[in-house]
Amino acid sequence: MAATSKGPVALALSSRWAKPVVFALGLLPLGWMVWLGMSGGLGAEPVAEAVRQSGLWALRLLLIALAVTPLRILTGQAGLARFRRMIGLFAFFYALLHVSVYVGVDQFFDWAAVWKDIVKRPYITVGMGAFVILTALAATSTNGMVRRLGGRRWKALHKAVFVAGAAGCIHYVMLVKGWQYPPFVYAAIFLGLVALRYATSPSAGRRLSPSYRT
Amino acid sequence: FQAPLTVSPKDPKMDAQTPMKSATSYNNFYEFGTDKTDPSENAGTLRTRPWEIAVDGDVGKPTTFGIEDLLSFPLEERVYRLRCVEGWSMVIPWVGFPLAELLKRVDPTGNAKYVAFQTLADRSQMPGLKYPVLQWPYVEGLRMDEAMHPLTILAVGMYGETLPNQNGAPVRLVVPWKYGFKSIKSIVRITLTQDQPPTSWNRSQPREYGFYSNVNPEVDHPRWSQATERRVGEFSRRKTLAFNGYGEEVASLYAGMDLRKNY
Repeated sequence: MAATSKGPVALALSSRWAKPVVFALGLLPLGWMVWLGMSGGLGAEPVAEAVRQSGLWALRLLLIALAVTPLRILTGQAGLARFRRMIGLFAFFYALLHVSVYVGVDQFFDWAAVWKDIVKRPYITVGMGAFVILTALAATSTNGMVRRLGGRRWKALHKAVFVAGAAGCIHYVMLVKGWQYPPFVYAAIFLGLVALRYATSPSAGRRLSPSYRT
Repeated sequence: FQAPLTVSPKDPKMDAQTPMKSATSYNNFYEFGTDKTDPSENAGTLRTRPWEIAVDGDVGKPTTFGIEDLLSFPLEERVYRLRCVEGWSMVIPWVGFPLAELLKRVDPTGNAKYVAFQTLADRSQMPGLKYPVLQWPYVEGLRMDEAMHPLTILAVGMYGETLPNQNGAPVRLVVPWKYGFKSIKSIVRITLTQDQPPTSWNRSQPREYGFYSNVNPEVDHPRWSQATERRVGEFSRRKTLAFNGYGEEVASLYAGMDLRKNY
């Protein structure tokens, strides 16, 4: 795997243009939604469609963020690691957009109705749970916060991203009518990523090797 | 067609007609896919001629009506509010005739207490049938008095034109005081029965969808509130009306019934 460290992929990943490119890619869904909104492409119910699209992109980006570490280990491309935070923050950004359109446009800041939804409707409770976790993770995503919390505690806290991912998938499964398959595709990808993460984690070897047991 | 506007919304300002483009591009017709735009994109494969509705069960004269027979009923325009169980609504000018007129022709027997309806289920015409979203064919039902009510119509057109495939061509039910899914599309069979017939959404999730499914802001769907709705094309939500605003005409059908239990 050492051979890849100076290959073209590694060079591209370490280029000073790589981050701006990833940033621009992260903004593409927003641009697409704005374009659809202005051209009438969001259809007859633009509010509902904006909620749907922003939620889908939050979930997609969360899954991509979760794929970074297993992908890094499997490919040996250490340079991938530096994009993880940005992708995670984009997931939070679309989740924030999702919640904002729901609260601000769909419910028009009817906080009583929103609160009732949160406590009464399990799929909204679960979705809001995911959003609260993502907010906490976004707020503690800076280098300063890593230092303040200490590496070990920061890592433990940020493991909660898996809870957010699970909650996001459950939220989607729970909200559709009838037996529809797309939410299960997202859930399967999430479970696959969790399994991959488990299999590729540094402690996986330890668990398998008896000599480390003591 | 003749055009006596038998029942129109009383406040045209509150109930402006939904643009035809919205009513024909934002649809739930899961036989053609579950996205709102799927029916308008996929329903071109539906063949609406020839078409027959078999009417049987507890009737004196079981009859198969061809589409031409259905179009020979005196047609009229009805401007109705449509409230979807998902929390959106439209105002649509339907073209059709009272279901009662058709039922009278088949001579219901004294045993006929309910009317069961069935949608076409043909995989070669309906790509959505590949997926087990619901148990196919789609079925719905009404109590006899609901079916005979003058507001209940079979529609063969909308906006003065032939019914588009995505809206349930060539003939569909419209029951304006119930959630939209009761207004079954592309009907191929109508059976009068003594027992309450199964209905698709009730069979799928009995806790969420009852047999009656009257529009009722007091009884929430377990997963979302039914207190408000957004009229498609409008920005803010409006309060949902009991029986979708047709209480004066239909509330008496349910006198003495607990509508929380019979949701």
